[in-house]
Amino acid sequence: MNAESKKVLVNAESKKVLIEPLVDNNPITLQVLGICSALAVTSQMSTALIMSLALTTVTAFSSAGIAAIRNHVPSSVRIIAQMVIIASLVIVVDQILKAFAYEVSKQLSVFVGLIITNCIVMGRAEAYAMKNPPWESFLDGIGNGLGYSLILISVAFVRELFGSGKLLGIDPIDVLPLMKDGGWYVPNGLLLLPPSAFFLIGLLIWGVRTWKPKQVEQADFAIMPAHGEAH
Amino acid sequence: MSSSTESVKNPQEDKFAVWKEKANRYAQHVLALPNDSFEKTIAVALGLCLVGAVLVSGSAVALKSLQESNKSKDEKVNILEVAGLKSEGVNIDEAFKQIEPKIIDLATGNPVDNIDAKAFDQRKAAKDPAMSVTIPADEDIANIKRKAKYAKVYQVMEGGKVKAIILPVNGYGLWSTMYGFIALEGDGETVIGLNLYDQAETPGLGGEVVNPKWKALWKGKKVYNLAKKDVHESNLSEKGQTIETGEVALGLVKGNVDPSKPGAEYQVDALAGATLTSRGVSNLIRYWMGKDGFGPYLAKLRLARG
Repeated sequence: MNAESKKVLVNAESKKVLIEPLVDNNPITLQVLGICSALAVTSQMSTALIMSLALTTVTAFSSAGIAAIRNHVPSSVRIIAQMVIIASLVIVVDQILKAFAYEVSKQLSVFVGLIITNCIVMGRAEAYAMKNPPWESFLDGIGNGLGYSLILISVAFVRELFGSGKLLGIDPIDVLPLMKDGGWYVPNGLLLLPPSAFFLIGLLIWGVRTWKPKQVEQADFAIMPAHGEAH
Repeated sequence: MSSSTESVKNPQEDKFAVWKEKANRYAQHVLALPNDSFEKTIAVALGLCLVGAVLVSGSAVALKSLQESNKSKDEKVNILEVAGLKSEGVNIDEAFKQIEPKIIDLATGNPVDNIDAKAFDQRKAAKDPAMSVTIPADEDIANIKRKAKYAKVYQVMEGGKVKAIILPVNGYGLWSTMYGFIALEGDGETVIGLNLYDQAETPGLGGEVVNPKWKALWKGKKVYNLAKKDVHESNLSEKGQTIETGEVALGLVKGNVDPSKPGAEYQVDALAGATLTSRGVSNLIRYWMGKDGFGPYLAKLRLARG
């Protein structure tokens, strides 16, 4: 790739689609998509990392593929056409994981297959790839995948560190010495259960919206004052 | 000869070129159609399905050998690990040579010769109605519903004698059916190790069944309290003799096991914060070591040893 084509490849639009989903338009904290897998795979860093990688790859390539045929997809079978591309890619990723990362694929088990139903992939296909050229769509997929990864990895970091006193399976003595091994830390079992990810993501959304008040949604309905308060 | 092949080859090439031309023309025709026309909808859908199918089947076929070698290697590693035969730098296939798979009939404990031990898959057999039996609810303490009639056991041989036995076990924990191996010494009662390699218990709580520190607690424990006999008729043996299996005493107990107390050789610390998983582990040991599991096989092994 020479310098000239690089300039074209990384223009203002591509920068925007790459950077924006990280905080300003994060698929989890702003669009609130892909929550299910964010609850399921974040009890350990290793599974969260592989899941992030798998989802980013799938979103990028499916967006690029869908963008490439966007002008010829009949609108009546639009969703199913997107699903075919997404599902094929997910199965390929699953097969590759089984061949080259067997241990992790066992831990992720069904969740790789469930990328098919991850709203982020579908959401980007509908919202961006159907209207934009392949390269931008590819970058948009990478950007949204990274936005998802950022949240997943932060949540997994907190859950694994405080839930089991380890990080990436490192010997616990290196991070937080556990009480049962003669240390001082009593792990918080709640953090290992899926609801804790809900709390953490909720806190994250609160944090991000306090930092960037623009992201706060308008209330759909104003709450009527109770009768008694009218006086 | 050569002239005839040439004369055959040329029309084929021609045909191919004609087909290519036709396909090209059709593709252009389809692409020019309005998006929502019936013909284009069908053509695009078929085309996409074709591409998807090629992608999926291509990757599945290309990676199959790698995946299968991963799977069999993984099983071998699990077996070696539970028997304490795995260490750094040991070639897995080399180490596995001393291990001999054998098929046994669970009801009698006798070896079965007419099933190929290498090809037998016990987990599959447990789901096959012809190869398995339903466990009556009152006997199903491990909560597994069905079990294979035959089991694949692994014997570690040394100088013609059985040095260790590795037995497949499974049972329900809190969320999942846990699959694993238990390895016993040649005496058929002393534990070498327990390795639950396939489970989906809560990570950090029940999932601690994979913790090496906890697994190490099993070494040297005894399965049977041979003083308490659990006598039952062996229904299929030729002489109708009774088999004495000791009472299965091994199980998990809450808190720390005090090694100085009597009975400590039958007790392993339960997992902290995972009562139901711990109960599941106790149950699967009790089931698979008992008369419905490997009890008869182990009793015969002890008998043969004298």
